Amino acid sequence: MDSKERLAIPPHPMPEQDPAERVDNVREVPLGYTAETAIAEATRCLQCKTPFCVDGCPVNIDIPGFVQAVEDGDFKKGIRILKKDNLLPAICGRVCPQETQCQLECTVGKARKDQTKSVMIGKLERFLADWEREQGEFEVPRMPPSSGKKVAVIGAGPAGLTLAGDLVRMGHDVTVFEAFHKAGGVLVYGIPEFRLPKSIVQTEVDYLEKLGVEFRYNHVVGKTLTMEKLVEDYDAVFVGTGAGLPKFMRIPGQNLLGVFSANEYLTRANLMKAYEFPRSDTPIFRARKVMTVGGGNVAMDCARTALRLGAQDSLVVYRRSEKEMPARVEEIEHAREEGVQMHLLNNPVRILGDENDWVMGAEIVRMKLGEPDASGRRRPIPIEGSEYVLDVDAVIVAIGNSPNPLIPDTFPDLEVTRWGGIVTNEVTGQTSVRGIFAGGDIVLGAATVILAMSHGRRAAKAIHIYLKTGRWSDLEEAVAVEINQSQTSS
Amino acid sequence: MHRILSKERLGPEINRYVIEAPQISRRRKPGQFVIIRLCPEGERIPLTIADADPEEGTLTLVVQAVGKTTWQLADMEEGDEIIDVTGPLGRPTHIERYGTVLCVGGGIGVAPLYPITSALKDAGNEIVCIIGARSADLLIMEKEMESVSDHMLVTTDDGSYGMHGMVTDGIKRIVVEEGRKADFAVAIGPPVMMKFTCLLTGELEIPTMVSLNPIMIDGTGMCGGCRVSVGGKTKFACVDGPEFDGHQVDFDELMKRLSAYRTHEKEAMDRYSECRAETGGGGR
Ligand SMILES: Cc1cc2nc3c(=O)[nH]c(=O)nc-3n(C[C@H](O)[C@H](O)[C@H](O)COP(=O)(O)OP(=O)(O)OC[C@H]3O[C@@H](n4cnc5c(N)ncnc54)[C@H](O)[C@@H]3O)c2cc1C
Ligand code: FES
Repeated sequence: MDSKERLAIPPHPMPEQDPAERVDNVREVPLGYTAETAIAEATRCLQCKTPFCVDGCPVNIDIPGFVQAVEDGDFKKGIRILKKDNLLPAICGRVCPQETQCQLECTVGKARKDQTKSVMIGKLERFLADWEREQGEFEVPRMPPSSGKKVAVIGAGPAGLTLAGDLVRMGHDVTVFEAFHKAGGVLVYGIPEFRLPKSIVQTEVDYLEKLGVEFRYNHVVGKTLTMEKLVEDYDAVFVGTGAGLPKFMRIPGQNLLGVFSANEYLTRANLMKAYEFPRSDTPIFRARKVMTVGGGNVAMDCARTALRLGAQDSLVVYRRSEKEMPARVEEIEHAREEGVQMHLLNNPVRILGDENDWVMGAEIVRMKLGEPDASGRRRPIPIEGSEYVLDVDAVIVAIGNSPNPLIPDTFPDLEVTRWGGIVTNEVTGQTSVRGIFAGGDIVLGAATVILAMSHGRRAAKAIHIYLKTGRWSDLEEAVAVEINQSQTSS
Repeated sequence: MHRILSKERLGPEINRYVIEAPQISRRRKPGQFVIIRLCPEGERIPLTIADADPEEGTLTLVVQAVGKTTWQLADMEEGDEIIDVTGPLGRPTHIERYGTVLCVGGGIGVAPLYPITSALKDAGNEIVCIIGARSADLLIMEKEMESVSDHMLVTTDDGSYGMHGMVTDGIKRIVVEEGRKADFAVAIGPPVMMKFTCLLTGELEIPTMVSLNPIMIDGTGMCGGCRVSVGGKTKFACVDGPEFDGHQVDFDELMKRLSAYRTHEKEAMDRYSECRAETGGGGR
């Protein structure tokens, strides 16, 4: 088939649960490709000599390689290629913002002058990962002899999990300390079941356990045990504790009953399975009319979760316009299809309570966009006199999270930025303290799964070399040399 | 897994548990708490650590059965295991030598008050202890408190034991009538008791520390569900507390927030009672 013919094939949308039906369940929304559809979609790839898509991927997956394998129907080969660079493809295939990464750079999309027509790289990634899981047995790679070195990983989010998987396969002894009773970080407490089934995350964690990673749950580092102790007992420590500190709005009424942080709402719903209450013990407030404040993925997740918990109306209030919304396009679309109402260029100024202090409404002011601010986005400005009241009985605040302060607070030797992120070397993840590395949201602030994973991956390489050579002040060079060597030898 | 090594009845629906938790018992300081979860579908609830034995690797918890989870715990026996115990969480109590300290405990609050009183005593303070309960059978840990106090007064609301009245009446007797000077006070108990204690100690100009127990989930500062207003500022009780300046705390807000899930709690409790009745106790 020549390029012209390939270009002529229309993209294959992934079938989805009907919106009217899915708001009554927590099952996944996109249903997955069949093998035939996956092969047909893979056939759209032009196998570019210079694959721009790979540059668009934060972990530089060999995209043409795995897509070719799908086209050839050799799924086993496909998954092997994927897993070389991405340990968690079932997760990334579902939650990565491909439209701003690989698929933004795809030549097919460019040729069609519409990046929504790019090869559906993310959906193919998900297909391969699901295919492998359905086969049952995972391939357990041959493990190298033990290095005798011990690494402590703090936080079992995507950064920590990726790093643990890499280091254990390099022969190191890895122990993960997790504050919660479950591994996965935001993947289990934040991102809802209907977007990322928890069984998928569990499968990945089980796999790591099979490789020999040890998990210690209910261990809050800084409380249950100290950083000092970890530094003493382990040859290297990685901090991947995420951005778990919720921001509130500091407007009147923020402590009324029925006002939640997105973290609380989603944790109750996801990790604690409040949607099964009273079969599970954790309750969640079932509101009639829920207002979510914010414009990111987190806000979309809350608004959609509210519908699944029985809300008749679910509104999103966001102070800028749709163009500035940080949420993925797919999430905004899914939310709209399900009936979430977007109140754009609106901002709450006060939450109103009834005589028992339960939320009964919110005073909203309309906004307009002014000059671009430091983030490059146009600054929202309130329109005076435009206030009105929305009738709502619950408010979810999804305006962002800051880095978790627990470890920096209890271990002040770690250098942090003004906004609380741990300062690291960008290549190696080294912190200001010898032997301690960090990555993911604790360094970046609330970012993405794939960036957290790429941090985990880079830090794993650096830790490996650090453990082998003991070099610290010039570790970055040592890592660069090693990467060059491996590139020339392969 | 954390085995229950002993369970002892202190009063109606009030039990003292000694559980295995070696790591936490070594690290724990007075004033801190743990979050426990009993079963895979279980909720996470905070419980203040009443005592610890680092050599034995144990923690002591005193729990009154009031809702589904605490009832389920009440139905557990020696040898049973609790799946998750996380801690020690929260900031430890600031202990210093104040002079004379009023240690005021109400109901089940006497349990967390005990280790703090004991530490204050060790720091060289003169301890005046006032503990109260609704009635004699609900009074707990009188002996233990006595062992760390220089003076002690017991009150019961119904007059079935000790002085007839509430702990605030006790404070009035000691400070106002007997004219004993107090440099500092610690009050732990139901929010309404802490509220009125703080109103009184405010009038008497005795700096007062309280320990708050709002609804919590993670206990690590992640959800904000435990937020309380202190001096007009929002604080997360699990990481900024649980102890705060009682004269700054908005108790009315705390009480309202504590009641947020009352109907849910009742639903969960009713369901649990049904299956208790079916299985003859023991729960699911
Ligand atoms: C609702 C929601 C939706 C999102 N949607 C998307 C999406 O669609 N796509 C996307 O790419 N990204 C999304 N993100 C962002 C993404 O989930 C995060 O960027 C990513 O999970 C960060 O990974 P991490 O490993 O750095 O930290 P986390 O996932 O936050 O994990 C940190 C872990 O460390 C543990 N921990 C914290 N402190 C301690 C301590 N002291 N001791 C022990 N353990 C500790 C925590 O319990 C947690 O398990 C979303 C985030 C949220 C909240
Ligand atoms: S319990 Fe979640 S922040 Fe305190």
